[in-house]
Amino acid sequence: MARVVLTIGNDISTDTIYPGRYMATVLPTETPQYAFADLPINQKLNHHEIPPGTVIVAGENFGCGSSREQAASALKGWDFIVVAKSFARIFFQNAINLGLRIIICPSIEAKEGDELEFYPDHIINLNTQESFAIQPLPPARQALIDGGGLIAYTRQLLMQERKSQTTESAKSAPF
Amino acid sequence: MGMTVVEKILAMASGQSVVHPGEVVEPQVDLAMSHENAALVINQFHEIFKGTNLEAKVWNPSKIAIIFDHRVPAESAKTATNQKKVRDFVREQGIQKFHDIRGDEGGICHQILAESGYVLPGSVVVGTDSHTTTHGALGAFAFGVGATEMASIWTLGRVLNVEVPGTIKINIHGNMPWLVSAKDIILAIIGKISAQGANFKVLEFHGEGVDNLPTSGRLTLCNMAVEAGATSGIVPPDKETWRYLREEAGVDISEIVLQADLDAHYDQIVDIDISELEPQIAFPHTVDNVHPLPDALGLPIDQVMIGSCTNGRLEDIEIAARILHGRSISRRVRMLVFPASFRVYRKALQAGFIQDLIEAGAVIMNPGCGPCLGVHEGVLGDGERGLSTTNRNFKGRMGNPNAEVFLCSPAVAAASALTGTITDPRQILTNDAVNTKA
Ligand code: SF4
Repeated sequence: MARVVLTIGNDISTDTIYPGRYMATVLPTETPQYAFADLPINQKLNHHEIPPGTVIVAGENFGCGSSREQAASALKGWDFIVVAKSFARIFFQNAINLGLRIIICPSIEAKEGDELEFYPDHIINLNTQESFAIQPLPPARQALIDGGGLIAYTRQLLMQERKSQTTESAKSAPF
Repeated sequence: MGMTVVEKILAMASGQSVVHPGEVVEPQVDLAMSHENAALVINQFHEIFKGTNLEAKVWNPSKIAIIFDHRVPAESAKTATNQKKVRDFVREQGIQKFHDIRGDEGGICHQILAESGYVLPGSVVVGTDSHTTTHGALGAFAFGVGATEMASIWTLGRVLNVEVPGTIKINIHGNMPWLVSAKDIILAIIGKISAQGANFKVLEFHGEGVDNLPTSGRLTLCNMAVEAGATSGIVPPDKETWRYLREEAGVDISEIVLQADLDAHYDQIVDIDISELEPQIAFPHTVDNVHPLPDALGLPIDQVMIGSCTNGRLEDIEIAARILHGRSISRRVRMLVFPASFRVYRKALQAGFIQDLIEAGAVIMNPGCGPCLGVHEGVLGDGERGLSTTNRNFKGRMGNPNAEVFLCSPAVAAASALTGTITDPRQILTNDAVNTKA
């Protein structure tokens, strides 16, 4: 069960999630302080009035605009769950790469303060008792999440590939 | 079933004879571009190598390009330190396609890639910038990725888990009217299909409207494909593509044929006739809030900005200079011009355009992204209205959530600078050819 702390409309751009003027950040841990920097929720976050594991409910095309990964890492830093009717492509991929919890729920209806309960294929809004179907992630993306995110997954492939390269060059060595 | 242009590129890059939308492939990358955000990529790159006992080496330094453009010269100590970190990395890894802040080779990443001949038809280009879609204008499959994705690409040389996108065919019919430009066409398309109308899809451009466009205009079209949510835009390579590559980008390679099959599958076909198209303008605060120019005429403005990867090329500066030549901009506006690269800047100087602009009261800034992303140089004040040839007008995009940004073509921007209100350029520069005919 998780509480909705922010509901926000369609076409929310990465400039709203993470304004461009804070883009000189290099470490993912530097970014959460600037999440939604121009919205009132930013103050609440930085005063620790919002516990981890709460929910943002958004409309269509959440995360449109820039490829800045800070938009995903800032939300990940507060351990948000983002439920949206749809996501913009690059934000969606960044979220998966970094392990931000995102859920595509085309019919979701909730308001701030509502409690949501998550099931593998649907969400129940406990305040209205309504149920909303979840659109599953494509299998290739789910594999990435299950593999611990893109860094861990790439590291694993790197080790495999370099290992097979070294055994091959050992095989072809002239002795 | 046949393949679209992007399906063919992805099949080649993934070592398959055929691919279809929805299939997951791992294409080899021909060019991987970053800008200042390479500092973040470097951090994630080192994370990948952590605990492996392997030397952290990029897969192929000749396929990596890094261009400083977003904050040049550095606006803060933090940015300056990041840029230093990137320069060190470039040296240590032997990356050659590096463009620092220099008058001989600097500029906005997307302009640099195109004019330096780094992008070839049929190639796979990725960039840590959403406007990497720009390079579809040269017949490449080019798309934006995040920093961690780029770190993974630097390590392995391929993109993991790419779902082959579906394609929307855009047929542009008719001839372009006087003082209407590629910017107006793409704004009209975005207004028509919406900011998410092409989410996860490719826009493949066809028709006489694109056949007649020089590469500069095609770059503008593909640049803004992402504003409709598209993964990429693409113009199948034709005579003009090869001309641009040879004459303007200095590449000498043999031509290839890269066309969609006649029985290729399109998710959607959109027809747009431009023969009667008005100049277009996007109202705040979304790019798809597009109106014909007459809806905006007379709105007072405070700042005009001409530049960016969308409209900072020589043709854009030329039309502004022709409109401003011998005239003076209104005292109620500031006008900032950011050429897209130093090469563009030098050519505009030689042609006398820069002189025209300065004498009219415009300020020429150094090539780079400038105020486009709201970090420095030309931020708007509370309650101010900016008119800009850039590609985004989201709340806060140009540095101040309490300001408004309208998007338009260079001709509309220049004409409006003269009056201080949104103005139709056709009232200032008449088409003599049309007039004599009439
Ligand atoms: S000019 Fe603007 S849109 Fe283009 S790369 Fe720079 S910041 Fe991005």
